[in-house]
Amino acid sequence: MNVVPEARNERRAGGAQMKAAPPAATFDLDRPWCLDERVAVRPEPFGALLYHFGTRRLSFLKDPTMLTVVRALAEHPSARSACESAGVTAHELPAYERALATLAQSEMIRGRASR
Amino acid sequence: MTPALPLAEQFARGLAAPICLTWELTYACNLSCVHCLSSSGRRDRRELSTTHCKALLDELERMQVFYVNIGGGEPTVRPDFWDLVDYAVAHSVGVKFSTNGIKITPSIAARLAASDYVDVQISLDGATEAVNDTVRGAGSYRMALRAMRALAAAGFRGFKLSVVVTRQNVGQLDQFAELARDHGAQLRLTRLRPAGRGADVWHELHPTASQQRALYDWLLAHGEHVLTGDSFFHLAGFGQAPPGLNMCGAGRVVCLIDPVGDVYACPFAIHDSFRAGNVRDDGGFARVWRESALFGTLREPQSGGACASCGAYDACRGGCMAAKFFTGLPTDGPDPECVLGHGEVALAVAATSDVAPPRPSCDHSRRGGPVPVTIGRRTQPAVVS
Repeated sequence: MNVVPEARNERRAGGAQMKAAPPAATFDLDRPWCLDERVAVRPEPFGALLYHFGTRRLSFLKDPTMLTVVRALAEHPSARSACESAGVTAHELPAYERALATLAQSEMIRGRASR
Repeated sequence: MTPALPLAEQFARGLAAPICLTWELTYACNLSCVHCLSSSGRRDRRELSTTHCKALLDELERMQVFYVNIGGGEPTVRPDFWDLVDYAVAHSVGVKFSTNGIKITPSIAARLAASDYVDVQISLDGATEAVNDTVRGAGSYRMALRAMRALAAAGFRGFKLSVVVTRQNVGQLDQFAELARDHGAQLRLTRLRPAGRGADVWHELHPTASQQRALYDWLLAHGEHVLTGDSFFHLAGFGQAPPGLNMCGAGRVVCLIDPVGDVYACPFAIHDSFRAGNVRDDGGFARVWRESALFGTLREPQSGGACASCGAYDACRGGCMAAKFFTGLPTDGPDPECVLGHGEVALAVAATSDVAPPRPSCDHSRRGGPVPVTIGRRTQPAVVS
């Protein structure tokens, strides 16, 4: 399971995206998150495609559970709770945390204010 | 977690909707580029009406096609072009359109700069007037530069300068990059395909083997900020794969809707063999995309054919289907520009055949033909002494 950050609506030539993904930035699982308003989500057999109209970037969710997590973010007080509600086990959580960090880096999801 | 297939394999099986949809709005064009991949020039009387176009945009919205790449012909010569762009954006379908710049006035540029949902691609095939106008026609360089200056002055950052790499301009890559930088644009390089009128000049325009190597090296060295539309995946045979999916997306993640609504597997394959249906058929575009027999076949596992035993096959996947088709090569064999030289051998074999390579199924070239220029050294008959 992984979010693949390779895509734009077109891919850049050159080395940048061929290199191994850099370690994901720290991601705060315990704060509230949501999808950016400019992001559209399209379910696909393998998971989903995300498109950000502002950055014109595509991302892929290679896992239906990840789609459930992303859609649940706005309804939960924390990303951790969104993951739990989607059935992500403690063992699986680090992989989802990395994927969420990648989505945050590419501005697909953003932190929202706690109520 | 279940181990997922690599993305390219997932994509090869097809998606609920295309990722990259090209929509050519009209065959009408003010230019007559010698290598036009859609043989454009004259408007087709059966062209989709404004109402049809809007109905199609409604359908693309329902299918969640995030954006369309609009081309032609020259799309901006359609009187309803800006209306259609506004309609698309209002229906959450982003637009990137390709133009030779004819309609990009300062006021249009200002309007375009104000929208996040519209992107512009200016076509230019020479970094100098002489190289460009030889293929795109007299005055086309100045027209493109005028449009680029208008976009830059309007503050449109990151529009695309789109270049088809040819034998004549491959030595100008640094100049193109500079031109893009000077106008706040991003350079986009794509591969010359022998499609449309391009089939007639491909042998004179396509980069030589040594130029392909130079192009590959340039992309790896300078390509950090260059877009390629994944079009150079045949170069993966040199070793390091260019970034991107490195697969033929035809009918899998890519397709073309032509001005009369015909749906083809890709923008470079305007031929009945690659026509999947029409958006005006029952069930519309969605049904063509999801159910056409042609696309079904393309989404099945492909055999490498003559390339299966080649060590580079996993990298280049046999190259471009359309390039093979229109040069008379079998589509399960090597690409005509195979970097290991298998294409040259295959072309030599094909040249001995009595059967001419297939011709595009439609031709909207203006009568009198493309710009009357001669490319390269063909003007001088070879003299053997």
